[in-house]
Amino acid sequence: MITLLEARNIGKRFGGLQALSDVSLTIRKGEVYGLIGPNGAGKTTFFNVLTGAYTPDGGEFVFNGSELPTGKPHKVVGRGIARTFQNIRLFRELTALENVMAGHHIRTKAGVWGVLTQNRFTREEERLTTERAYELLKYVGIERFAEVVSKNLSYGDQRRLEIARALATEPQLLALDEPAAGMNATETAQLKALIEQIRRDGITVMLIEHDVKLVMGLCDRVAVLDFGKKIAEDVPAVVQKNEAVIAAYLGGGKHAH
Amino acid sequence: MTPRSVVGVMPARLMDPTAAPDWRLVRLGRGIMETLIQQLINGLVIGSVYALIALGYTMVYGILGLINFAHGDVLMVGALVALQTMTFLMGMAPGMSPLVMLSIALLVAIVVCMLLGFTMERLAYRRLRNAPRLAPLITAIGVSFLLQTIAMIIWGRNYHTYPQLISTTPLQPIEGVFITPVQITIIFGSAALMIGLLLLVNRTKIGRAMRATAENHRVASLMGVDTNAVIAFTFVIGAGLAAVAGVMFASNYGIAHYGMGFMPGLKAFTAAVLGGIGNLGGAMLGGLVLGVVESFGAGYIENLTFGFLNSSYQDIFAFLILGLVLIFRPTGLLGERVSDRA
Amino acid sequence: MNELAAAVPWLGKRNPLAARWLIIILAITAPLVAWQFGKSWVRILDFALLYMLLAMGLNLVVGFAGLLDLGYIAFYAVGAYTFAFLASPHFDVHLPFWTILPLGAGFAAMAGIMLGFPVLRLRGDYLAIVTLGFGEIVRIFMLNLNYPVNITNGPQGINMIDPINLFGWDLSRNLQIGENFSINSLFLYYYFFLLAVAGSIVFVHRLQISRVGRAWAAMRDDELAAKAIGINTRNMKLLAFSLGATFGGLSGCLFGAFQGFVSPESFSLMESIAVLTMVVFGGMGNIAGALVGAFVLALLPEILRDVAVPLQQTLFGHVLLDPEVLRMLLLSLAMILMMLLRPAGLIPARARYSHDHHLSNKLKQEAAK
Repeated sequence: MITLLEARNIGKRFGGLQALSDVSLTIRKGEVYGLIGPNGAGKTTFFNVLTGAYTPDGGEFVFNGSELPTGKPHKVVGRGIARTFQNIRLFRELTALENVMAGHHIRTKAGVWGVLTQNRFTREEERLTTERAYELLKYVGIERFAEVVSKNLSYGDQRRLEIARALATEPQLLALDEPAAGMNATETAQLKALIEQIRRDGITVMLIEHDVKLVMGLCDRVAVLDFGKKIAEDVPAVVQKNEAVIAAYLGGGKHAH
Repeated sequence: MTPRSVVGVMPARLMDPTAAPDWRLVRLGRGIMETLIQQLINGLVIGSVYALIALGYTMVYGILGLINFAHGDVLMVGALVALQTMTFLMGMAPGMSPLVMLSIALLVAIVVCMLLGFTMERLAYRRLRNAPRLAPLITAIGVSFLLQTIAMIIWGRNYHTYPQLISTTPLQPIEGVFITPVQITIIFGSAALMIGLLLLVNRTKIGRAMRATAENHRVASLMGVDTNAVIAFTFVIGAGLAAVAGVMFASNYGIAHYGMGFMPGLKAFTAAVLGGIGNLGGAMLGGLVLGVVESFGAGYIENLTFGFLNSSYQDIFAFLILGLVLIFRPTGLLGERVSDRA
Repeated sequence: MNELAAAVPWLGKRNPLAARWLIIILAITAPLVAWQFGKSWVRILDFALLYMLLAMGLNLVVGFAGLLDLGYIAFYAVGAYTFAFLASPHFDVHLPFWTILPLGAGFAAMAGIMLGFPVLRLRGDYLAIVTLGFGEIVRIFMLNLNYPVNITNGPQGINMIDPINLFGWDLSRNLQIGENFSINSLFLYYYFFLLAVAGSIVFVHRLQISRVGRAWAAMRDDELAAKAIGINTRNMKLLAFSLGATFGGLSGCLFGAFQGFVSPESFSLMESIAVLTMVVFGGMGNIAGALVGAFVLALLPEILRDVAVPLQQTLFGHVLLDPEVLRMLLLSLAMILMMLLRPAGLIPARARYSHDHHLSNKLKQEAAK
């Protein structure tokens, strides 16, 4: 098993709240890795620190054998980590196609000069960007909405579009923040199939999810966070029986669904 | 340096002659210490006016996250309405005591400005509360210019001499240091208002509702706070303070004009950012600090730049401070974070 | 151009090609029509074209990148003063037009970067205030830098600026053709400015439908998400800011040369607000909107001046609202009412950020399979 991402002793504090303390975990290439825990356990904070939205107070991430820059989201994306958001964040005035095209930004090069002169390189790059964006829309199954302004898409399609946009950055690790939130059973099943497809295509997936059934059915391994600390990490079946985990879910007073 | 005349040749936007009336006094060849104290007094006077205005900015920002560009113009309306009232009273009851006259004028100005604040919130800002973020900001700029235009229609383009109902004969508490009764009134008046505001916000029920709304609209309304009313109330209080500040400002310099709100508005905003926007104590501190810095800056800029820049440049201090604060300490002296939350 | 054609009422949707030609013909014949009403109307059209350039530049910053710049006119001032310094008796320097133009644009772009660098990580509303302050600082310097060394000539401004000279062709002289036919200089300027506007439309349109335009739009719609897909938002903001400033600088050069004198009065905050209103009025984020907004709001006050003043005189016997007041009233009301009632602007076209033909080609390929 090759290690893709290693988090070493990550810590993050907001004022008086220790959102993450000493979290270490390892994600292997090609697996689907779940990150679960009660509300406020620090899962999204972990995502934010990993993807550079926040700077950690301590610790480091090693990705593909070298350290990740912290606090610089665009560099993290460049290294091959893409994410989605818990509350969908699309570019609302752009069409579905344009959203995905924007996702190609970091893998393309055209600058102002090329754009103004419309040289051959720029035109070719633009054509490829369009075609690949369309392919990705097809991949997530919403190509018929390519020309629809994203704010007008249905909730489920918006979630898919966000995944397509993240895939456009050509990631090695795809971090999904509660992708099934607000979905009905059919949509969740489709999502599960999509994530499995993504895994088959060689992209490692990291998943924050409240839907226990989805996590258990999908993830190869699961880590549990509680009050910013990792309390368990193992295959789903084992974690499910872990007493600390059960206590955390029951004791937190807030159940996972 | 030649003293600038107060009215007349000065270009409209430079009409904020912070140091002008006292300037000639400062130049009368006095000791370093006296000059220093004099600058400090001038700074505190204008600073307390800035603080009053800054409170309006900071309260609205704290609750709505909106920079109410038109706030400076409310000040202008206050000053001109009070002027109109005083002129009227002088014609109607020439024998009236100046203090009574001033109080009535102030009251009328406060009421008019409060109504104005209420109307602005109701007609313009409320409808844009959930609009894309540039919309309310652009509307506020429009409202600001609309107020100036209307004032220009009503009161013309001229500079109006402001009646000095409180004596402007300088007192000399220390040999060589001057302070006028108007200035003393301004310092104490604004101090009283600020204490009043702090009591209102921290000790009363509506104050608690304001704090709750500032913390989180949704939660506050779930807890039974009528957030619409609270927001309207905030605008009204801010506008009332601005009205008083307007009268103070115009009395200090002896002139009023439709464009007079722009510079103090901008400076008060700077003061609010300097203190930490959203923070009442910060606005007060920021106002005073800004007033003093500006006063010293205007006094010493000529020496500092070897005569290259003179006190015509005093307006740039506020902007320099604003720029520096935003770059190096965007949270202000006491306050909250202003850069985008992740 | 497509957006602009689509904006033509009735015809735009039915026959875009005809609409496009209609616009071109109107643009070319406009000064001839204006001439019938008097020379001053051609001059007004010339200024309207300058406003269009400005509005397009500001639209790049506000409409595409979502950065509210209230000191935009300062870049215009930088361009105009650069031209005045380098082509007037003031310093007795007379550089050729084509030398100064890039310099003016370059200085303005530099000013944009210098201003943008420290403030662009702040929230939009702070940017607005800081740029507003910057505009005022530039104005204060223009007003006061006549002492102790006379650089700007203070409030009087700089006079007798050289006219635009295209390789020996002086646009300020009427063009004499044959014995008894001549083209007024105002027409020459009109067509020169029209070319500048047309060129800018092409440039801005290319920027909009590109990797750069998409990155700006992404940043405007959701900055955090833009960062999360790898857009270096700081650099993209700086780019928008400096390109917008470049536009300002270029138009400033043209303005200085056309008007023949510059003074701080032309670069007041009111002018920044006027250009912003044009963008907002027409529709933020689309080129056609900026152009139409600029055209309408540059012309309307002048029409009002001609209509409202005599009207008031006949109605009330004297002028209640002078033209300057009317202009302010018009602009401020336009800004407020547009935001409240029609936030997408007069021409609420959704700007495109991708090429239609790329997608349709792709779809054809798919279908062929």
